[in-house]
Amino acid sequence: MKRLLIALFCVLSFPVFAQEQTASVHEANKEEEAFNAGELILHHVGDAHEWHFFGEEGEGPHFTLPLPVMAYQPGKGLSVFSSHHLYPEGTVHEGLKLEHETLEAVDGSKVYDLSITKNVASLLLSVVLLIAVFFTVAGGYRKNHGHAPKGVQSFFEPIIIFVRDEVAKKAIGPKYERYLPYLLTIFFFIWFNNLLGLLPGAANLTGNLAVTFLFAFLTLLITTFSSNKYYWSHIFWTPGVPLWLRPIMIPVELIGVISKPFSLMVRLFANVTAGHIIILSFIGLIFIFNDIKIAPLSIAFGLFINVLELLVAILQAYIFTLLTAMYIGGAVEEHHDHDYGIGGDDADAPLHVSGGHAH
Amino acid sequence: MLTNPSIGLLFWQLVIFLILLFLLTKFAWKPILSSLRERESSIEGALRMADQAKLEMQELKAGNEKLLAEARMERDRILKEATTVSNQLIEQAKTKATEEGNRMIVQAREAIQNEKNAALAEVKNTAAKLSIDIAERILRRELADQPAQQQLVDSYLKEVKLN
Repeated sequence: MKRLLIALFCVLSFPVFAQEQTASVHEANKEEEAFNAGELILHHVGDAHEWHFFGEEGEGPHFTLPLPVMAYQPGKGLSVFSSHHLYPEGTVHEGLKLEHETLEAVDGSKVYDLSITKNVASLLLSVVLLIAVFFTVAGGYRKNHGHAPKGVQSFFEPIIIFVRDEVAKKAIGPKYERYLPYLLTIFFFIWFNNLLGLLPGAANLTGNLAVTFLFAFLTLLITTFSSNKYYWSHIFWTPGVPLWLRPIMIPVELIGVISKPFSLMVRLFANVTAGHIIILSFIGLIFIFNDIKIAPLSIAFGLFINVLELLVAILQAYIFTLLTAMYIGGAVEEHHDHDYGIGGDDADAPLHVSGGHAH
Repeated sequence: MLTNPSIGLLFWQLVIFLILLFLLTKFAWKPILSSLRERESSIEGALRMADQAKLEMQELKAGNEKLLAEARMERDRILKEATTVSNQLIEQAKTKATEEGNRMIVQAREAIQNEKNAALAEVKNTAAKLSIDIAERILRRELADQPAQQQLVDSYLKEVKLN
């Protein structure tokens, strides 16, 4: 397990060079056509129905993993086939074709695309990794029962304790235990997928709006369903505000309820995607200037951003988890005081440790 | 494309994430967190026990010291008492000896006086007898009237006060 981690981190320091190789193959293909950096970058950070590693079909060495396409059409039912039938884009198979990676029916009818796309495949991979890692950690506790932690267990234990003590306990208060599994799961899910997203050829899962939307939505659901009357009384009859202002505060507070998870969604998506775009842009500079002499600079900056992304990977996981914990904490808190409004983005907002005091 | 979440990914993400959440909660977080709690409580218990043991040790030590101090005081007291008693005994013995001595001296004096008196009386008697004998022998020749002579001598002897 330790070796696996070391290998993971070693690989993480490569992506710039790897992408460099990928890109240089692109260069060979696109010598005639004008290089469109924007399109390339969006293609790399977006989802796809195949997992493309390097090379182009028919031009030298290439490796692309076709993924299963599952499309549900209300009239026709479910059709499942390999994605290589749909490439190059525009190829029609079973009445379906890809238009900018969006599955469309040739006859224009509605298609529900449930394909195992690159992101879904990456998601499955990360889930397998998460389960392997944390089952091993849990096994460590069984094996070393009553002893000091060992190996991968001792690597993750401080992080788990950090999430429990510094995030859940401080932000939620005495009822933290119910929400701890969710917080730990999203923390490690986001962190692992952020790191996996930095691997060359990997999917940009946590930089995908669908993924961050789902987490934000789950947080909203948990917040809403675990909220108590103080939470709602704060929204519909805000204390500490002049009486005539209170009706006006209702829509403001309601917007706040939605905007909190919305900010969660956008923050993670934007941070992760921005990192990828910056790295790709630095690499793209070589092709925009069409000069190999720019490469050292591109690599240096790309490497710098990549290392920065390693930090951002855990930082964004931490921020997402902390803010989720704060929103839940705000909903389950017994008495609201003035520091209730912890919807702020700064992590050093006053945390209410327990019950709180009457205002 | 980038800002347009796809239904498929949303669907798979929901299904897979909920399964992951369930699996990790049941098989990873629960055992991990309960082991952590158990270990923390055992550490806390051990620390509390250590503190208690320390306190007990201190109490024991304090008790020992108190006992020692008490023993020391007891010893001092006994020593002091013994000294007093011995001094008293010595004093008593001295007094007794002095008294005895004095008594013996007085007795001796009395005995000496008695002996002396007796001796003197005897000397007196002997002297008187001698005197009488001498006088008789003198007077036998010179004085015929013996009783008158004896009376004279006696009266003389009575006048002589010998200590």
